[in-house]
Amino acid sequence: MSTIAELDKVVYLDYAAATPIDPEVLQTVLPYWDKRYGNASSMHESGRRAKGAIDSARAAVAEVLHCEPEEIIFTGSGTESDNAAVLGAARGARVRGNHIIISAIEHKAVLESAQQLKNEGFDVSILPVDAHGTINVEKCLQLVTDKTVLVSVMYANNEMGTIEPIQKLSAALRERRAGSTFPYLHTDACQAAGFLTLNVAELGIDLMTLNGSKIYGPRGIGALYKKKGVSLVPLIVGGEQEQHLRAGTESVPLIVGFAAALTKAERMRAAESTRLTTLRDFFIDRLLKKIPQAMLNGHPVDRLPNNIHISVPNIEGESILLMLDRHRVEASTGSACSAYDLQPSHVLLALGQNAELAHGSIRFTLGRHTTKEELEYVLSIFPGIVERLTRLSALTATI
Amino acid sequence: MNTNDKLCNDGTGWLYSDTVKDHFFHPRNILLDEKNYEADGVGVVGSPACGDMMAVWVKVDSGTLRITECVWRTFGCASAIASTSMMSLMATEDGGMTLSRAKRMTPEAIIERLGGLPDRKYHCSVLGHLALREAIEDYEENHVART
Repeated sequence: MSTIAELDKVVYLDYAAATPIDPEVLQTVLPYWDKRYGNASSMHESGRRAKGAIDSARAAVAEVLHCEPEEIIFTGSGTESDNAAVLGAARGARVRGNHIIISAIEHKAVLESAQQLKNEGFDVSILPVDAHGTINVEKCLQLVTDKTVLVSVMYANNEMGTIEPIQKLSAALRERRAGSTFPYLHTDACQAAGFLTLNVAELGIDLMTLNGSKIYGPRGIGALYKKKGVSLVPLIVGGEQEQHLRAGTESVPLIVGFAAALTKAERMRAAESTRLTTLRDFFIDRLLKKIPQAMLNGHPVDRLPNNIHISVPNIEGESILLMLDRHRVEASTGSACSAYDLQPSHVLLALGQNAELAHGSIRFTLGRHTTKEELEYVLSIFPGIVERLTRLSALTATI
Repeated sequence: MNTNDKLCNDGTGWLYSDTVKDHFFHPRNILLDEKNYEADGVGVVGSPACGDMMAVWVKVDSGTLRITECVWRTFGCASAIASTSMMSLMATEDGGMTLSRAKRMTPEAIIERLGGLPDRKYHCSVLGHLALREAIEDYEENHVART
């Protein structure tokens, strides 16, 4: 096994979990914590300045999404945006129908919202995915009934990186609606932002979730795109902020930071996607050559440029993670042992992967600061870790 | 103060105690070449689907009925590996545990020697004592019954 390299830094390969804030974004945000205070609801100069900053931020986000500024609602997180979209749209359309459809690989923010709706008397259909994690548009249409008010399918999966055919889905649903506005289509685009187009007109969606922590922006800020005419029952009440859809004094620094981060991510999108796709494919190719028993999870081509997700038989993810951590490499796992509920990842099980393999899953997600040298370092130590844990494993023993 | 607080506030920010880390990174008594190992008893517990599986091989002094060797293999998380390692140490230290005592080894005793485990790891990952018990029962079926 390789010795611990004297790296002067951590090799951070967990960008899907959190991204460092962009230094320019941070500089943009700082004055709003300090000198540029003021409540946007106040009429005086400080208040007007705060309102102006929020208005500009909203316009900047709308420009990236190709929508109207009034169609952007700032929230506290991606999770809140998912909750607001799924719970809010379904509750708002309750008189119209009590059925929703979500994909089997949604984030827990959507899954548990659906569970909540079930408790309120809604019927929930789960749209399965194939072995690559892709939904089937035809299958989705088959699940739609006259009572269906919402379909929620994520844009790109946070665990195994598969990109879903949102445009095809929205086109098919538009045809199925036949003039009606239902079912609405919601997509969680938290992982897609910075890699895929966020043009809502092209995507043809009614609701879209974004958050700051995945786009080199501040944490504690999310956004929800809500197409004009879509009615939502708010989760948080008690103020007229965000068109009465999200009460509470706006966090001007976080809103300004979110807009700056999204604008920069969009500007860097094409070049960064190309750069990371090359690095990703290099890493996958070398990794699978060095560890032939490993398998790539998710779609081989229609996957996020920054996502590498593998399962290694006979060894367990948390053990891999801690061995990597000792070599100062930071990754993530879908193994049950690392989860607080001790359940294997529902995403991997939805792919039809058995629990045994799901336990041995590991996710590397690349980002703006990832270099080829870093990946070469990981490739130099990872086979040793796999070999060590495999030799130790009871599953490789002849008994 | 519960175990979790103690572990979380130890200054390293680690989920696991130093002893757990030590046994995870430097496991004791691993059996690598099981094909050429002549054990007196073998025990296997857990399942790959559950994410934890342990195999334990023992050698027993038939005169003193003490464990002379206790070697193992584990599929599982860090606490599963560390707890099997610690179990093997406890079974063989001080001249080896008597079979009757070894069969009564508790998960609590292993966890205590490990300096604690996070609450959620308590029940699922500490199975080493069960594998040891199975190995001893295997020994008893094969040897004691005949004598």
